[in-house]
Amino acid sequence: MMKRTLPLLATLGWRNLWRHPKRTFVILFAITLGVWFMVISAGMMVGIIEQQVRDTIFNLTGHAQIHNPEYRDDPAIEHSMPPPTPAMLEILNSPKVKQWSSRVRLPAVVMSERESRGVTLVGIDPKHEQGLSLIGEPVVEGRALESIDDDGIVIGRRMAEKLETRVGKRIVVMSQNKNKEVADRGFRIVGLYRAELESTETAYVFTGRKTAQKLLGLNDDLSEIALITYSRDGLEPLVASLRQAAPTLETKSWKELEPLMVSALKVYDNFMIIWYLIIFGAMAFGLTNTMLMAIFERTREIGLFQALGMRPRYIVGQVLMETFILLLIGVALGNLTGWFTSDVIFADGIDLTEFARGMESFQMSSIMRFQLEARDLITINLMVIVLGLLASLYPALKAARYVPVEAITRT
Amino acid sequence: MSTVTLHKVCKTFGEGKLAVHALRDIDLEVGNGDFVCLSGPSGSGKTTLLNMIGGLDRPTSGEITVANQRVDQMDKGELAEIRLRNIGFVFQAYNLIPVLSARENVEFVMQLQGIPPEIRHQKSKEILAEVGLNGMEDRKPAELSGGQQQRVAVARALVSEPALILADEPTANLDSVTAEKLVELLRHLNDEHGITFVISTHDKMVMGHARRLLKMHDGKIIDDIQQR
Repeated sequence: MMKRTLPLLATLGWRNLWRHPKRTFVILFAITLGVWFMVISAGMMVGIIEQQVRDTIFNLTGHAQIHNPEYRDDPAIEHSMPPPTPAMLEILNSPKVKQWSSRVRLPAVVMSERESRGVTLVGIDPKHEQGLSLIGEPVVEGRALESIDDDGIVIGRRMAEKLETRVGKRIVVMSQNKNKEVADRGFRIVGLYRAELESTETAYVFTGRKTAQKLLGLNDDLSEIALITYSRDGLEPLVASLRQAAPTLETKSWKELEPLMVSALKVYDNFMIIWYLIIFGAMAFGLTNTMLMAIFERTREIGLFQALGMRPRYIVGQVLMETFILLLIGVALGNLTGWFTSDVIFADGIDLTEFARGMESFQMSSIMRFQLEARDLITINLMVIVLGLLASLYPALKAARYVPVEAITRT
Repeated sequence: MSTVTLHKVCKTFGEGKLAVHALRDIDLEVGNGDFVCLSGPSGSGKTTLLNMIGGLDRPTSGEITVANQRVDQMDKGELAEIRLRNIGFVFQAYNLIPVLSARENVEFVMQLQGIPPEIRHQKSKEILAEVGLNGMEDRKPAELSGGQQQRVAVARALVSEPALILADEPTANLDSVTAEKLVELLRHLNDEHGITFVISTHDKMVMGHARRLLKMHDGKIIDDIQQR
């Protein structure tokens, strides 16, 4: 029965909207503005979060890592691990893994003629770091590391500033070798790298893995193996198989390695829902008020509907249908303008270089990019439509409760 | 067989000293196919009586039966259903739905009844032709004269072939020529379709067309005249 009545309710809903075009445009503008704001705030928030997650993963974390079980608590040389076994290599070289690399990664001190700084010395296999971590990207000055035997050193731009040095100059790296004795050697700076965050540029210096192993007396031992897959979600089976292949080592996914980031993601999710509700709350007042005005103006007509035999539930349905059409148009326009803002006007992101230092304290990049996710758009659209209908339920029920004889004689 | 039966129907508005007795112990039977006019001065209870019969309002006491169903005991949904299936209304102020065309206004009740579109279109076309509105099907109420609007209202009341049509001062807003044409139309429809009409009116011309004339005063039927 309801199905057969739907076209009638839709016709009435649509035509009633245009009885007062000015009022309809005002409330449509409010809904569109609200949805637009939700869409761009979601895009902005997801953009920031995604950037942070990408930076975290790219910042030598990867999607998963294998270590000596003690290494994460105390990244000392004695907590190194042996090179991967054939069983581990079988998994690491399987199609599930996009890229993997083994590293030496230990605390060290770098010294120039003028300054010294505490850093993490990372010995890498340059070819395998491409696409896996920030050091796989081209350096901004000088050259990149070329092989595991490369005895040059690549440092961050900011670190070069701090050490008051430059490409071609020599610096000394000092650490502890396997015999717990001081190991040091001079390196020529062959390149400077750039990272999203300045703090990264002062945290790591890179050399060839073999060079680092030789300096620290590690032979073939490693500090970690890092890997990335084709998706950062659903890593559990891969991690489980690596744990099985290397039971004496510790294999952790990025979520286990970066629990703070995971907590931040949850906080962001909850925050966004609260944010949507605040925006929607303001919108809902306008919507309820508009629908109340509409039914007050049409009291006589609603009385007529009742006299002609329209059941109370269809009167509720008629008011809800009118709201639904209004919401549908508003949501469509809001999505469209939101998409236009994020993907056309600010397709290259918003340059916040001027505020870079301030942004960095929030672990944010100086270019803020919008990222619209289907999941967020569905949440916003469903929320606006469902809560919008709930907001108009009060006027709808009020209309259905009219006494026909009173309503029809109302002037 | 009676289409409408009222037994000791009373309606009181307000309470105590402010109470207004709009209907007092009304007993009435209206037979199938009858054409009844309610007459009387303003405030005599004509409209209240129509509202009670149509289930738009509830009696304070008494029993009302329409098409063998007790309307005084029905809930809102059941009242809507009996109005939809058994009762047609024609109001003084036409009361058409302004956003719908003449055809859509006529089809409104049939749509609520769930009648398929092709049957609806056919019936609405026929009934609009019968009330003399051929070619005006797609006009909105604002584009029709008062008489034409009232004809649309009659067509709407008639199209679902209800057992009873209640008309409250249907000619009050019409000029005498249009009013006469409308009443002749109602009478013709009564003769052709055998639908029962109960009409409240002040208009002597309308009373002249009634088969039965009920005179009301102070909430009571004071005279019941069979005319022809």
